[in-house]
Parts: sequence; C-alpha cells; structure tokens
Amino acid sequence: MAAPKAKEVLLKPIFDNNPIALQVLGICSALAVTTQLTTSLVMSVAVIAVTACSSAAVSMIRHRIPNSIRIIVQMVIIASLVILVDQILKAYLFDISKRLSVFVGLIITNCIVMGRAEGFAMKNGPWLSFLDGIGNGLGYSFILLTVGFFRELFGSGKLFGYTVLNPITNPDGWYNPNGLMLLSPSAFFLIGIIIWVIRTFKPEQIEEA
Amino acid sequence: MLPKDSMANTFLVSIVLCIVCSLLVSTAAVALKPRQERNKVLDQQRNIIAAAGLAEDPRALSSKEVLQLFQQRIERKLVDLQTGQFVEDADEDYDPLKAAKDPQQRVPIDSEFDIGLRFREPKTWVYLVKDEQGELEQIVLPIYGMGLWSVLYGYISVDKDLRTIRGITFYEHGETPGLGGEVENPVWRAKWVGKQIWEEGQPRTDEFLRIGVAKGSPPPQLQPYQVDGLSGATITSRGVSTMLKYWFSSDGFGPFINNLANQQGATDGSSQS
Repeated sequence: MAAPKAKEVLLKPIFDNNPIALQVLGICSALAVTTQLTTSLVMSVAVIAVTACSSAAVSMIRHRIPNSIRIIVQMVIIASLVILVDQILKAYLFDISKRLSVFVGLIITNCIVMGRAEGFAMKNGPWLSFLDGIGNGLGYSFILLTVGFFRELFGSGKLFGYTVLNPITNPDGWYNPNGLMLLSPSAFFLIGIIIWVIRTFKPEQIEEA
Repeated sequence: MLPKDSMANTFLVSIVLCIVCSLLVSTAAVALKPRQERNKVLDQQRNIIAAAGLAEDPRALSSKEVLQLFQQRIERKLVDLQTGQFVEDADEDYDPLKAAKDPQQRVPIDSEFDIGLRFREPKTWVYLVKDEQGELEQIVLPIYGMGLWSVLYGYISVDKDLRTIRGITFYEHGETPGLGGEVENPVWRAKWVGKQIWEEGQPRTDEFLRIGVAKGSPPPQLQPYQVDGLSGATITSRGVSTMLKYWFSSDGFGPFINNLANQQGATDGSSQS
C-alpha cells in the first residue's frame, strides 16, 4: 500500500472495503443491537468514536510500542476508550444505554476496532489513522442502520420508535409484525442480502470460489 | 531513548500506558457518578409513576415534574416483610437489593417458589400513593424474579381494596426484545389492570392466591385473575407468573397487605392476619 490518500481512507470502507460486508468483521454486535434504529444509531456513533480515537492514539505511540506487547497495548487503549464511552452514555443517555446493556462494553471485542489498530494505525500517521477509524466506523454504521431500518420497520412496524405500520396489537391496527425480524437470524439474512446487493454492483469484491 | 524492543522499554511503555489509561477511566467514572446515580433514581421513580398510572407517558415527565409528583402524592415507607409492619425511623439510604446480597441480612426464599433466586431482602421500600385529598389510593410494591436470560425488576400497584391490580411495570431486564422484552409492552401491561390477586370473597392467604400468567389465554374461571402469556416467551411469562405468586404469598407481601387490611377494617369480613 503506497501512501494512502485522506479521502480514500475515509470513504473507501463504506462501500468498496466495508468492514462488515467485505471483511465480515464485527457482525456479532450487528446482530444484537439492530432491533431498533435508535440503538443502532447510538451504537454506530459509539463505534465510530472508539475506532477513530483508538486508531489515532495507537498511531501516535506506534514508534514506541514494543513488538512483543503491541496487541496488549492496543487492547488497553481500546478498553479504556470503551469504558469512557459507556460511562458517558450512562450519564447522558441513560435510557438508550439501558437498552444497549452489555453491547457497549463488547465494543472492546469488536474485531473492526482491533483490526484497524493493528492493520492500519501501526503503519500510518495519527491523522490518517483517525480518518481511517471514522471511515471504518461509517462502513459499520451503514450496515447497522440499514439492518436496523428493516428490522424495526417489519419487526415492530416502527421507525425510531414512531409507529409507521400500525400493528394489529393496536385496536385499529392492520400490520401483522414479523417476529422473525426481531430475532438474530433475520440480521444474518439481511446482512447476506446487503452483501449480495453490494457485490452485484461491485463484482470485483466477489471472491474466487 | 531506549531501543524499542528492549526489556526496559517494554516495561516503561506498559507502566506509563497503564497509568495514563487508569487515570482517564477513573476520572470519568468519578466525575460522572453523581449524574448516573441521579438517572437511576429518576428512572425508578418514573416506573413507580407508570405502575400507579399517574401519568400518560412517564418517560415524557421532566425530573422536576417527577419530583413534584413524589412530594405531593407518593410516600415511601420501609416495610419489614416478615412481620408486615412499617419500620419507623428508617435509614433513607437503605438499599433492599444490597441487603438481599448481604449474608448478614438476607433471608432465604422458600425453594417451593421457583423465582430463580435463593435470597431476598428482609425489609423493602413500598410506595403509598395518595389521591388529591391525601387519602390512600393505591400501594406500589417492588417485585423481581428470574425470566429467561435475566432477573426482571419491576413494580406492581395494588388498589386500596388490597385485592385489585392497578398497574405493572418492569424497569430492568435483559429479555429478548420483541419476545420476552414485550413485558414492557403497554398493551400487555394494560391487561393486568383490574385483575384480582386472591379468589374473590376468600381470605388473602396462599391457598386462594390466583394471580398469574396463563399459557395462551386463561380459562374462563381464571379470567378475573390471570392474563394471556406472551407469545414466543413461555419462560419469561412463567417467570412473571412465579414472581407474582411469590411476592403476594405469605413469604412476600402477604403479611403486610393483611396488616393494612386489618387496619383499614377491611371491607370484606373474611380477612385474616
């Protein structure tokens, strides 16, 4: 990889090199928090913040990190940032942090964050690493919000908590919510379909069978 | 500067990094703690208001309105579950959930009640809700018990007749959204309103305890006491059912409710202490 350009680093991970759709990283949280758009959105913002800041921090001290403990060093930085985000959510967005429960803490184990620190930030400068973190966070968010949109719409007939399709549990409702959409397997199907659509438009992403 | 991969540098980097990170994390934790605690208390108060049905949408209430409602209409009292008496001069900071974990204080739960927990607190807070004239209107009681994945924490409100449910709410649980998580669904919660805890005309004893969640729809003779199970959430429904049976039994709030009934010179002559 010759010196990457800022714009490429920021925008490529959204469609061309999406961490979920192409690298299939970090899908565990994509299954867990996407039953509602609000939680997907907050989770996305949290992951963007953590990936960007951790990549920048790792990149800043990359010349000082001894090879033998580099993974641990990255882990410590990521874990501290995640706890920070979790504390802030609990203080300012209590309702949503209650719904996200353990999944904010589990950003620590999200392979995207660690993958960017090890794969990009260790070799590039802080500013580029920061942009790369934002870019990959955006790629993750794109998938999360798309999945969240379909799951909340068809699973509970709502978007951001507002009723769009009136469910039959209401007296004047007509829409029969699809319970499968609220279960994790539906996120697998949706992510599969998104990968299919992306690869139809970008055939170069198709791997050799 | 030390060579990057030397032993000394490895130690130096790890020590400095740990100090910086722990400072960052602990500063945030300490600085944000008061705000987080306030959120927690406010959330519980909103749920008490929801259980008592005092507001259309308790989530929309500002913290000021919540405080005002509590000052005007809600009185918090500590109850000794065993004797069913109010505890005078209660310690305002007493935390029932902590007491339930403290080996010095906790009380074993009879294994006949399968609520998934082995101990409960000896005393707990109840909330007396007054009407505009200051007369007792309903009481809000804390309940909890195991669902499928998690312990469900909630409040249930009982009318001043001490037999009829006025409302129920769950403020903390980790059940699957859309399935077990539907315990939060307003439509399901509304089904509880008006249900009877004990068989009508009978004393408030465990023998006549009828409240619960049915599998599917309750049979006609249980309609006044039970609500429909949540579809796709058999174990969560059973959890709610067992926890209600426990908390209204003579091991739970039974003695307290019977005491209150006796004091009121309860309307039905058959109540026992």
